[in-house]
Amino acid sequence: MPALLWMGIFFFLPLLLVLVISFAARGTYGGIEWTFSLANYLNMADPLYLRIYARSVALAAATTLVCLVLGFPLAYYIASAPPRWQAVWLMLIIIPFWTNFLVRTYAWMFILRSEGLLHTLLSSLGLFTGPIEILYSDAAVLMGLVYGYLPFMVLPLYAAIERLDRSVVEAAWDLYATGWAVFWRVVLPLTKPGVIAGCLLVFIPSVGAFITPDLLGGARSMMVGNLIQHEYLVVRDWPFGSAVSFVLMTVVLLGVAGYVKVGGVRGWRGGRL
Amino acid sequence: MEAHSVELRDIVKRHGTTLAVDHLSLQVKRGEFFSILGPSGSGKTSTLRLLAGFEEPDQGEILIEGRAMRGVPPNHRPVNLVFQSYALFPHLTVAGNVGFGLEMRGVRRAAIAPAVRSALDMVRLASKEDRLPSQLSGGEQQRVALARALVNRPAVVLLDEPLGALDQQLRQEMQLELKTIQEQIGLTFICVTHHQEEALTMSDRVAVMNHGRLLQIGTPREVYESPSSEFVAAFIGVSNRLSGRIEAVTGTLGTVRAQDLPAIQARVPAGVREGAEVTVSLRPERLHLSSDLNLNGFDNTVPARIHKTIYNGNETQYLLRLTESLVWRARVPNLGGDHKQFQAGEAVFVRWQAGEGVILSE
Repeated sequence: MPALLWMGIFFFLPLLLVLVISFAARGTYGGIEWTFSLANYLNMADPLYLRIYARSVALAAATTLVCLVLGFPLAYYIASAPPRWQAVWLMLIIIPFWTNFLVRTYAWMFILRSEGLLHTLLSSLGLFTGPIEILYSDAAVLMGLVYGYLPFMVLPLYAAIERLDRSVVEAAWDLYATGWAVFWRVVLPLTKPGVIAGCLLVFIPSVGAFITPDLLGGARSMMVGNLIQHEYLVVRDWPFGSAVSFVLMTVVLLGVAGYVKVGGVRGWRGGRL
Repeated sequence: MEAHSVELRDIVKRHGTTLAVDHLSLQVKRGEFFSILGPSGSGKTSTLRLLAGFEEPDQGEILIEGRAMRGVPPNHRPVNLVFQSYALFPHLTVAGNVGFGLEMRGVRRAAIAPAVRSALDMVRLASKEDRLPSQLSGGEQQRVALARALVNRPAVVLLDEPLGALDQQLRQEMQLELKTIQEQIGLTFICVTHHQEEALTMSDRVAVMNHGRLLQIGTPREVYESPSSEFVAAFIGVSNRLSGRIEAVTGTLGTVRAQDLPAIQARVPAGVREGAEVTVSLRPERLHLSSDLNLNGFDNTVPARIHKTIYNGNETQYLLRLTESLVWRARVPNLGGDHKQFQAGEAVFVRWQAGEGVILSE
């Protein structure tokens, strides 16, 4: 019962509030006018907003993919290290969390901007002397998102790989499997719960991210998170912001449900994520 | 064609500072059931991993079917390993597990199914093709692991403590079955075990290892009857020991004098001379007990007192006190009828033939 009460107060009540507001209208001075209309939802069909949705989903999907490709070898390496080193590597992965995310994103601005660290480094090494135009692009946003959410991929992958019975991997190798075959036929299927968990943990926050696209993407690369923030804080159209939030949540929930169903979390481990 | 299926030439393998395998050389004949017997840390498992290709020797050469194996990864070696933990693929069915090796070698799908079926028939698991490993008993998992190796018809099947996880009764059944299957298909088997009974029952030849070194190699009978060292005598079966000095040597027999005991006769290995301090090893089941002082037909007679009587069903074990500090073990089959059982405290005569005692030189 206490759990239900807790969930009710801290989860369902705010959600209900957002839902109710999304059907209201904006007052002249930014307040809420308590009338019922579907206008907010219909407004979203505007191609401008649809493009923002599409860009968000595409960027989040790309972030998830890059994190998976980068994170798997990293997690495998950590899980294969001697236990003492595993603790050190995991610590190094977690340490950045001790610094404010905003500050770390500013650091990326310093690195990526046209006279920034990356430019200085490359030109002093004589590798590349031309101007670097990465900041304020989708590429910069992708980099920032990958940087920010990579640990969310690595940690569940590490947990899954660490549980993997190494003699099973050796058995596949002994049974004529090449390195790739060992990975595709044995390692990946047996660490699938970790892959699914990692992908969810990266995709969900990436879709709604707003600090990274705001600082690294500039005005041209708005994501849903920025749109919501913009509607709430700049335009002060809470009802429309609420509608956008609600649609985002519904899209993510449906997406996750479909992904989990296809990915088969209820696999041989009997439903353990 | 090469007569040896496997040849190890002066193999050295270090793990950090410890010498896991210490200048090991041996040959395994084609179609042989060969066991490497030793306690944990003897280097037997390292040897197996070197053969499988998971590790490379620091020194020496491994030849399989006459081919040098240095630099050849496990997936290119003509060997298959049956893991101690079985290491079955938990996400694949029994058929998927057994067919894995064939599939990886690019065998046509149509040819895999019948091969898998016949391998499963061999281990009597044909009806469980579609099960997952987690739905099988330990003994069944063991059979799947075996079938998964056999189906590939490798030049050598490697077995790592194959029966270690099974209970006593199943273990004994599987010993015979493993040997039968091996004879049936005629592949070379190399089995690593610390279980002496297992090694003796299944093997054509046994190599005894300790501290990375090969101590003795021979048929189970040779290793049991004529151990070359105290370690081998003690590790393979129970053995009674007697320390003394050689008084005289005549042909292959020597007279050994121990403190507080009558002189006894035992086999002398070549090179052991008069005056040498030696240990005599004697198997408990070769001793004859009798309370009759005048009994002929035995070379050695030593008086003793029964210290303890342990009834084991098929046999009775006696702890015999020969002197203050010397206790021996004797095993006497229970033949039924009015077979006499000695009680603790009784005085008996322990008798045996000279040939049953083996002199071990240090």
